Amino acid sequence: MRPISETVVGRLREVVTFPDLAGTKYELLGSLGRGGMGTVYRARDRELDREVALKVLHGPLVEISARERMLREARVLASLEHPGVVPVHDVGTTADGRLFYAMKLVRGSALHQAIEGKSLNELLQLFLRICEPVAFAHARGIIHRDLKPMNIMLGPFGEVLVMDWGIAKLLAIEEGTTCPGTQPPQGSPHQADQTSPGTILGTPGYMSPEQARGDQTQIDARTDIYSLGAVLQFLVSGSELSRYYTPRISGICRKAMAPDPAHRYATVSDLMTDVIRLLEGLPIAAYPERLTRRAERVLRKYRLPIGLVMAYVITRALIALLGRT
Amino acid sequence: MDHERGDRRFPPTSHTLIEAITSPHGEERSRALDLLVTAYWRPVYTYLRLRWHLEPADAEDLTQEFFASLMEKEMFAGYDPKRARFRTYLRVCLDGFASNRHKAANRLKRGGGVSILSLDFVDAEGDLQTLEVADVSDPEAQFRLTWIRSLLAESVKQLEGEFKEKGKDRSFEVFERYDLSDLSTGDHPTYAELGQALGLPATQVNNYLAAARRRFRSIVLDRLRAVCVSDAEFQAEARDLFGRADL
Repeated sequence: MRPISETVVGRLREVVTFPDLAGTKYELLGSLGRGGMGTVYRARDRELDREVALKVLHGPLVEISARERMLREARVLASLEHPGVVPVHDVGTTADGRLFYAMKLVRGSALHQAIEGKSLNELLQLFLRICEPVAFAHARGIIHRDLKPMNIMLGPFGEVLVMDWGIAKLLAIEEGTTCPGTQPPQGSPHQADQTSPGTILGTPGYMSPEQARGDQTQIDARTDIYSLGAVLQFLVSGSELSRYYTPRISGICRKAMAPDPAHRYATVSDLMTDVIRLLEGLPIAAYPERLTRRAERVLRKYRLPIGLVMAYVITRALIALLGRT
Repeated sequence: MDHERGDRRFPPTSHTLIEAITSPHGEERSRALDLLVTAYWRPVYTYLRLRWHLEPADAEDLTQEFFASLMEKEMFAGYDPKRARFRTYLRVCLDGFASNRHKAANRLKRGGGVSILSLDFVDAEGDLQTLEVADVSDPEAQFRLTWIRSLLAESVKQLEGEFKEKGKDRSFEVFERYDLSDLSTGDHPTYAELGQALGLPATQVNNYLAAARRRFRSIVLDRLRAVCVSDAEFQAEARDLFGRADL
């Protein structure tokens, strides 16, 4: 019998799970990761001679709802043409009947692996970049519903990509949804979300209370705002960065993560505005300050110019006083 | 029984493995035992060599005797699927058997040279020499690894036999070059590169490879199912081996 090495044993164990790509233009190179709905493989697109990521639905015996959900995910991604959302290239079915879609192969690290050594300023700028595609999706009537550090990728050239739109909710036109910060998709090919009441989708720790309750009627842009608040909290308080968790940042996180959606930021833009104002040392909506506290902060921030002006004024006063005597 | 032919095996269809092994029908019983021997003789031999530190000749004898005893004795009467997987039970039986033989060897001189089954021990010994030996302090893990290797190697052999018999040599050749090459130090060739080497278009390489993988997968799962005593055990083994049960 042919001897097989440990490497080949590992390879053959993988081969058994590989989808059947006969008749397609893709060459499977290996698996990248496995999610609840499908497995993502690294593959080569033979026609365009480039590597892609291929998300393939688990075995052909999955429920029809899983197939529909994955097709919906591909369409959601395709409709979100934004630099912060991974582009979809192709959708198809493998020879063994599994749905797949091809997307850009993102090389980089997940957010939780890539924040070490970043300054507060860099972290807040990064957070704003995360907010941008989410705000864009909201404007298209799409709620991500599973924002968390693991689903955010940082590319080698500074790209920030929001991944895994598998459980995104599409706000239905017929619902006449007027949730803050969202518009129903205009002429969208998508069907409205079909998630049954009581179904809990999301990740504990980043999931809003309404998600945890499975209350589908309450899911809107503010659900993602809750998760963004949790992501911000992770960014500034994770590991040794806890020194960044100041009362003003804490105020932003608390407002974004308010248990009652009515008490959160109404839109991602509002949340971003507060973060930008925080970066600029301006007052923020989430943390109203007393006049003395604000004056103290302004004094601290503009210590040098204020000191120079004060010195100038005192000098002039002294000269005037000496001149008079 | 010849276990070295490129044979085709089918799991007992209407019975569990245990029922088939203890069946009063000779043909069914023989077929089930045949499956059992094919799946486990290499792990048993390797285990005796590594865990019990037996010399090759002694390990060969004991492997033969162990399977002979399985055929003669009602070894499986005490097996309870709720308590352990069949593979674990078999390994515990092997430990008991090896221990008894070790004690007996101190009293009697063993007959030696018992040869009931046609097993290629030279081949198994060759494998053992190239084996990147797992941690022998965990006998279950070591037995499992040898069993996995044996399952895959037997499946490759069956695939090769079938494809050559059906004139699908090229398909097997593509599979061999792409999935059986040890590429621990490099990347896989592109289908175009492989096609160039074999005088095939890349699309044909893709289809040949897909066909071989499809059949390989089917063989592996059939073989796995055949040596599991229940569907639940098959699911658990598939999850352990391939990370998923929905295959």
